[in-house]
Amino acid sequence: MTQYFNDIFKSVWTVLIGMRITFRHLFTPAVTIQYPDVKLKLPERARNRLYVNMDDCIGCFQCDMACPVDCFNIETIKALPTDDLGVTSTGQKKKLWVTKFDIDIAKCCYCGLCVYPCPTECIKMTDVYEFSEFNRNNLIYNYISMTPKEVEDVKVKAAEYEKEQTAKKAAAAAAAAAAKAAQPPTAAATPGTPAAAPGVVPPATAANVAPKPPAAPAPPQTPPQTPPTPEKS
Amino acid sequence: MPATLLEQVKTSTGRALRSEEMIINMGPQHPSTHGVLRLELVVDGEIVVDVIPHIGYLHRCFEKHSEAMTNYQQVIPYCDRMDYLASMNMDWAYALAVEKLLAIKVPDRVEYIRVIMGELQRIASHLIALGTYGLDVGAFTPFLFMFRDRERILDLFEMTCGARLLYNYIWVGGLSHDIPPGFIDKAKAFCKYFRPNIKECNDLLTYNEIFIKRTANVGILPKDVAIDYACSGPMLRGSGVDFDLRRDDPYSIYDKFDWKPQIGTGEVGTVGDCWDRYMVRVREMEQSLNIIEQALDMIPEGEIASAIPKRIRPNPGEVYVRSESPRGEIGFYVVSDGSGTPYRVKARAPAFVNLAVAPEICRGYMIADVVAIVGSVDIVLGEVDR
Amino acid sequence: MEHLIRYIIDNDILVYAVMALIPLFLWVLPYALFAVWMERKVSAHMQDRLGPMRVGGWHGWAQTLADILKLIQKEDIVPTAADKKLHMLAPFVVFIGSYAAFATIPFSSAYIGSNLNLGLFYIIAVSSLVVVGILMAGWSSNNKWSLFGAMRSAAQIVSYEIPTVLALLAVVMIAGTLNLQDINTMQGGWFWNWFIFKKFPFIFIAFGIYFVASLAETNRTPFDIPEAESELVAGYHTEYSGMKFALFFLAEYANMFAVSAIGSTVFLGGWNSPFGNFLGGPIWGVFWFLSKGMFFVFVQMWLRWTLPRMRVDQLMYISWKVLTPWAFVCVLAVGAWMMM
Repeated sequence: MTQYFNDIFKSVWTVLIGMRITFRHLFTPAVTIQYPDVKLKLPERARNRLYVNMDDCIGCFQCDMACPVDCFNIETIKALPTDDLGVTSTGQKKKLWVTKFDIDIAKCCYCGLCVYPCPTECIKMTDVYEFSEFNRNNLIYNYISMTPKEVEDVKVKAAEYEKEQTAKKAAAAAAAAAAKAAQPPTAAATPGTPAAAPGVVPPATAANVAPKPPAAPAPPQTPPQTPPTPEKS
Repeated sequence: MPATLLEQVKTSTGRALRSEEMIINMGPQHPSTHGVLRLELVVDGEIVVDVIPHIGYLHRCFEKHSEAMTNYQQVIPYCDRMDYLASMNMDWAYALAVEKLLAIKVPDRVEYIRVIMGELQRIASHLIALGTYGLDVGAFTPFLFMFRDRERILDLFEMTCGARLLYNYIWVGGLSHDIPPGFIDKAKAFCKYFRPNIKECNDLLTYNEIFIKRTANVGILPKDVAIDYACSGPMLRGSGVDFDLRRDDPYSIYDKFDWKPQIGTGEVGTVGDCWDRYMVRVREMEQSLNIIEQALDMIPEGEIASAIPKRIRPNPGEVYVRSESPRGEIGFYVVSDGSGTPYRVKARAPAFVNLAVAPEICRGYMIADVVAIVGSVDIVLGEVDR
Repeated sequence: MEHLIRYIIDNDILVYAVMALIPLFLWVLPYALFAVWMERKVSAHMQDRLGPMRVGGWHGWAQTLADILKLIQKEDIVPTAADKKLHMLAPFVVFIGSYAAFATIPFSSAYIGSNLNLGLFYIIAVSSLVVVGILMAGWSSNNKWSLFGAMRSAAQIVSYEIPTVLALLAVVMIAGTLNLQDINTMQGGWFWNWFIFKKFPFIFIAFGIYFVASLAETNRTPFDIPEAESELVAGYHTEYSGMKFALFFLAEYANMFAVSAIGSTVFLGGWNSPFGNFLGGPIWGVFWFLSKGMFFVFVQMWLRWTLPRMRVDQLMYISWKVLTPWAFVCVLAVGAWMMM
């Protein structure tokens, strides 16, 4: 019987205590903010969208190797001895044409592991976090600063150079080896591959993520916020 | 049992009334089954005759993935995604395992930062557990109060490592970043801010008579059953077993701090009921605050990256290391074949093991109690399914 | 009021139709829109949030309007295995049940839908119709969760009607009438003339019982087990969408106000000003009546965002072992007091 009355009393009392707390909170200022209008300042170390400064990239594949989800798709072509690609801001000499540097940001897990091994500190995570897209293909970010035509030129040149080198070697070596060198060594230089017309192509065609070089090379696509300009990354 | 009760219900002609059990699917798209757990309930009216959990909706092949990585470090982002409410503790457990394999000793400062982060994460994880538990029994407001406080912890994490949920902060042999300037003050301010809030939530929810009536004497997990089912963490301690890996199998520097593992006392009901499990978590948050405050005072200066190996290539061998995650014993069994990739990584997930006991303690209660019991187990499906 | 309408419209049926629709369009619909917004704001501020802030500008006042527009546009989904006729009918029955109660609630000394002698009795009788609608909804949806919700709801409403009625009966014994307008008139003057302060503390306890039981009758927390979202998904209206769902929602809010209005009419003087003739009269009467009603609607929301939910057996325990015996005690005590 005491239990019965005790229960009733405790129920009423604890309900009143709870009501006091919620009533007090009715007048405390809200802790939430109105997001799209007001935005919190992210801390310095915020890990969000990746950004690659292509001027500094030397094409070393360190980030690709560190990535646990394989969201990088990088291709490089060895520069000719005559080409001068300049140096990075850290003073390293660039020796490779980076003909393809795609990051599938939809795959990216924002772990930041790619940032640490970069020898030139050209890949970093920015504080940009609003980059949703209607089309998943638009999330494949193309960072290279070369136009498709330039890429094609470099490829052709590299293939020619390679051919020359092999030819030279072949000339020096036996005749049987020379016959073998007649075949083009890289798949990219297969005759008949049309050079893509420079200019703006609808972004949907940038969708080609196949590891082999695409038939129509991807148009230069900077991160989607900026309009695609061939000169600038 | 209800079945025998029903047998007694006879019609006027003396025939027993026929009654059938009904099978209901609770989940995976149900508002209260914590993630994508599917429970198959066999019910007799409101009374639950049997519960069959079905798991695997969130299976992501964590263990196989780990074998396919190119190095040991790459596994850590995947560990983050196991128990996504306690990523720090997952990373830490894995890092401990690989460190043992490599026989690395991490610097003192790293140990302190790891303890601070691990305990902050424990508070954050318990806040979710308690908040969603309140939600399970129908109280909405405490849930948001707890989320509000959790956000402040996440702010601390974000300023330290840049991420709010999946940190990839604790690395093999060290940390990804040192703590930023101002962190210690902010963490201390948080401790000071948080203590009154625990009391407020206790007033609002824990000692509310309706809440007590809903949780006390419900889902009683006796000591021996808890041990038989290899329960761990608050689930085990709620049943009155005084066992905490931080004290009983000390790793890192937990022996340096003054704190006490909390056990269920059966204050308002029987030892091992839902309320006890809930209360153990509340009290653990207070203990974690104690640890954090001590660690913040004692933290030494020093280097954090000195022990991070350039290339992780352990000698062939195997190791099992366990540590105390907010949900219980998280153990990593790592086998190395001498290459740069783990040959095998096996995780002993506490939520998975704890969930196994749920059917045992759900039988004979009502549907509403099943929600309360499963909530008190505090599962994270990312960890159950891995 | 009736005379005024008769003066404008010269047709008996039309007059009654207009009379019946006045509370719906002038009060229930605007109130429901307001109350849903208010519930959101109250819950938000109790939880240190802001709630709706965008739609309509000032504190998101038009949010519910936008929601209603959305609900109207939504596809009306009827499950294949549902009993289509019942499924369609149920929300209307529920709404009719709760709206019909407004017929005899006196909004002011000058306006009452129908001045029945059996006003209170009529309200109690007609609001039981809600159970039928809920059972129809739960059964016809052909969903196990809905069925659970409906069964729980039926058990709950039937059980809680007893303490409700007994608590009201205590007042009726003092008043000696079931006519709500008369009950109101009796409580004129200062607030100590209200029935809640008569025969202290029995009517006061009766009011407490009435309030708790009315929470259960309207399926509000802590007695919201028929639609307990963490257990039964959404209870009896799990399978409803679009406008039919909105009707359930509207009925719930209408019901909330109806029980608050009855409570304030019977116990708290209804449209009477608490301060004698200060701000009295029929126009201010509406104000007093609505503010008393809205206060209890607020208390209902306040409780909802404070308390956890009961379990179904505890709910029955409270009804049969706590509220009903105490309501009987009140009735007996008041009766004995009256005889003395």
